[in-house]
Amino acid sequence: MGGAVMMKNIFIPLTSGIIFGIGLVIAGMTNPAKVMGFLNVFGNWDPSLMFVMGGAIVVSMPAFLFIGKKMSAPLFNKEEGFSQQLKKNIDSPLVLGSAMFGIGWALVGFCPGPAIAALTQVDGNVFMFFIAMSIGMLLKKIF
Amino acid sequence: MNIINFTPIESLLGGLIIGLAVAILYLMRGNYTGISGIYYNVISVNKSGFLWRFLFITGLIIGPVLLSFFSYTDLGFEMPNTNPIIVILGGLLVGYGTQLGSGCTSGHGVCGIGRLSIRSIVGTCVFVGAGVVTVLITRSLGWVVL
Repeated sequence: MGGAVMMKNIFIPLTSGIIFGIGLVIAGMTNPAKVMGFLNVFGNWDPSLMFVMGGAIVVSMPAFLFIGKKMSAPLFNKEEGFSQQLKKNIDSPLVLGSAMFGIGWALVGFCPGPAIAALTQVDGNVFMFFIAMSIGMLLKKIF
Repeated sequence: MNIINFTPIESLLGGLIIGLAVAILYLMRGNYTGISGIYYNVISVNKSGFLWRFLFITGLIIGPVLLSFFSYTDLGFEMPNTNPIIVILGGLLVGYGTQLGSGCTSGHGVCGIGRLSIRSIVGTCVFVGAGVVTVLITRSLGWVVL
């Protein structure tokens, strides 16, 4: 593997994943009680999650809309270039799938990223959720 | 509505760090940080692009481990609902729903909104809305105390 390929396939994804995982913990996303608190708008509301999304968008939006637009290709991936958005239309799978996801998210307090990062809690309930989530994803492939 | 447990500083800082991870993967490799899609391609053993996706997911686990070596007080860990039926049902819905809706909090919520994608803005409104209604119902039924 050459240097550029190692950057592209090893160093960059690993670094991005590590930074993302640290961000999730610092933000409180790996605590299901905080996530459910955010969804509890009509009760004791914890607005923190808006700041997580806001902070993430403040940094990522200039990368997508300004810096990326000025570059002909990603720094270490001239071959594949920037990913193109696959779907633009608003269809029923988007709405139905997002609704199912929202219900599951609210029942337990985990979305996919935090469920993976929270495996470090070595907690049986996190593990059970993680396995069920993985099975749910694979079921979509079949049905 | 009462506001409780509000942690704006920590959550904003964590959000900025997440944004940095998203910017790095996009500007250096060209990929969107949609975790449900990345993870799905790993467990369905999609040979095309397996290594980078596997390492990104591994990083999500290494990050919190590295953080635990520092004397840092995190925002805690508590699962308000540990009924096994609910945990399994929730996991199945999150897994199936993110694949059917082609995105989760990171893909639609951060990357999609960051790109001003109408599709992702709709998806995010639907899953947050469904979540708010679900918590209202489960709290009324006494399944969770929040």
